[in-house]
Amino acid sequence: MNTIRLQILDLRKSFRSHGVEVTALDGINMEIRDQEFATILGPSGCGKSTLLRILAGLTPPTGGEALLDGRRIEGPGKDRGMVFQSYTLFPWLTVLDNIQFGLKLSGIPAQSRERIALSYVEKIGLSGFERAYPKSLSGGMKQRVAIARALANDPNILLLDEPFGALDTQTRALMQELLLKIWEELHKTILFVTHDVEEAIFLSDRIFVMTARPGRIKAVLDVPLPRPRDFEIKSSPEFVQLKKEVSRLIREESIRALRLDATLPGSE
Amino acid sequence: MNWKSLFTPRAPVPRGLQLCLGVGGFVLILLGWWLLTKTGYIKPFFLPSPQNVLRSGIVLFREFDFLLDIFASSYRIFFGFLLAAVLGVPLGLLMGTFRVVESLVEPLIGFVRYMPASAFIPLFILWLGIGDVEKVAIIFVGSFFQLVLMVVVVAKGVPQEMVETAYTLGASKSQVVWRVLLPASLPGIVDTLRIIIGWAWTYIIVAELVASEAGIGYRILNAQRLLQTGSIIFAIITIGFLGLLTDILFKWIYKRLFPWNV
Repeated sequence: MNTIRLQILDLRKSFRSHGVEVTALDGINMEIRDQEFATILGPSGCGKSTLLRILAGLTPPTGGEALLDGRRIEGPGKDRGMVFQSYTLFPWLTVLDNIQFGLKLSGIPAQSRERIALSYVEKIGLSGFERAYPKSLSGGMKQRVAIARALANDPNILLLDEPFGALDTQTRALMQELLLKIWEELHKTILFVTHDVEEAIFLSDRIFVMTARPGRIKAVLDVPLPRPRDFEIKSSPEFVQLKKEVSRLIREESIRALRLDATLPGSE
Repeated sequence: MNWKSLFTPRAPVPRGLQLCLGVGGFVLILLGWWLLTKTGYIKPFFLPSPQNVLRSGIVLFREFDFLLDIFASSYRIFFGFLLAAVLGVPLGLLMGTFRVVESLVEPLIGFVRYMPASAFIPLFILWLGIGDVEKVAIIFVGSFFQLVLMVVVVAKGVPQEMVETAYTLGASKSQVVWRVLLPASLPGIVDTLRIIIGWAWTYIIVAELVASEAGIGYRILNAQRLLQTGSIIFAIITIGFLGLLTDILFKWIYKRLFPWNV
């Protein structure tokens, strides 16, 4: 249960922007345990998305390394599923075909991949929408399909980059509960990136708080709330107390980030 | 519905009214034309009345084999356009997908496309004569370079996250090209073809006006020599109709091919 799934060793990333050397990540060290729900929480522009992109293999690091199950991450691969904040469903494929996209790439026979895809349609509560095109789906439905598509590949870890960031507050709360339900059912290791304190506490076993740029790990917090969790836990005294602590940490960094952004050319 | 509310910026228009307005535009133009000729304000030599233009049209079909001219122009366009599409679409996709191909070809095309296709007509007559081959070559030059550049824009418009998602789902480079970039670009390509074929109509008429033995442009030039203004106007309107027909055809194909996008 406590084996290490993902190991991040002194990971660094810097790039040139408008002729200025910018350090996005400055020596990140993390360990994510098997079946853990871990969250990276940080102010905007702290490099948390860059970190996730490096783990997905979409961006090479400038230094250090990341190991998944002891193997060094070199490029993108289906052992790491990724969900972006923006809608990335393939618009020419139905819900069912989107979910089995990865399975089709690996050459799994039509019958079994459809069976797998159908089981995920059910898990995300979209039965009846198998033949629908993404265009006819709401934002929340699209992100559910994107999560199902990543999970259908049976990855060793699921990387989620603010997947509910574009959704309204109510939908977002429901999506968080649905994600927890799926996670509890499948026992996947999840690394979730967000800037939302409440979201981080509600979902996670552990929260990695990041500093403003250059990104470092500022604190690692255990979330000792009982599971399974539902929305009512958000108003419990323990939750509120935790939210206060984390908010204070994040606030310091947000203030620093704002001051930095005013002086740094080319920052978002 | 209050008519004043129709002039609220971007206010929607009822479907029935929209149709009436669309037809009304044509009726208004026809009426104005008819009035100008009826009152004798413009001499029939310069602008014959609508009914006389229609009569000239009937003569064109009956005595001058106008259907053969339409056919001649149409198949020249078809082959020129087909050649441009068959070569231009893959090249555009390659350029939009691989920066290295783009770096090689883009400056060249960006240079050639500013050379007007009509300027090539004398050269092509010298090389290829005044037959179909020369006409097809003009249409090719006129549409190919624009088409390539427009397809490049379409291919580059595929969101990067969509490509990256495919990689994280285990796609290889060639799978990204065939299973993501190509299907994602197809609607934009069909739309580009629809626009390009409209331009092809311009080039064919110019080419036929300069030197030809058949075709709508040839018929227009002939009518000018015989001072048959009505025939000229009828031929021009015919081109408009043919253009409209191809447009409708392409839109129909688009809806059939991409039900997920409409």
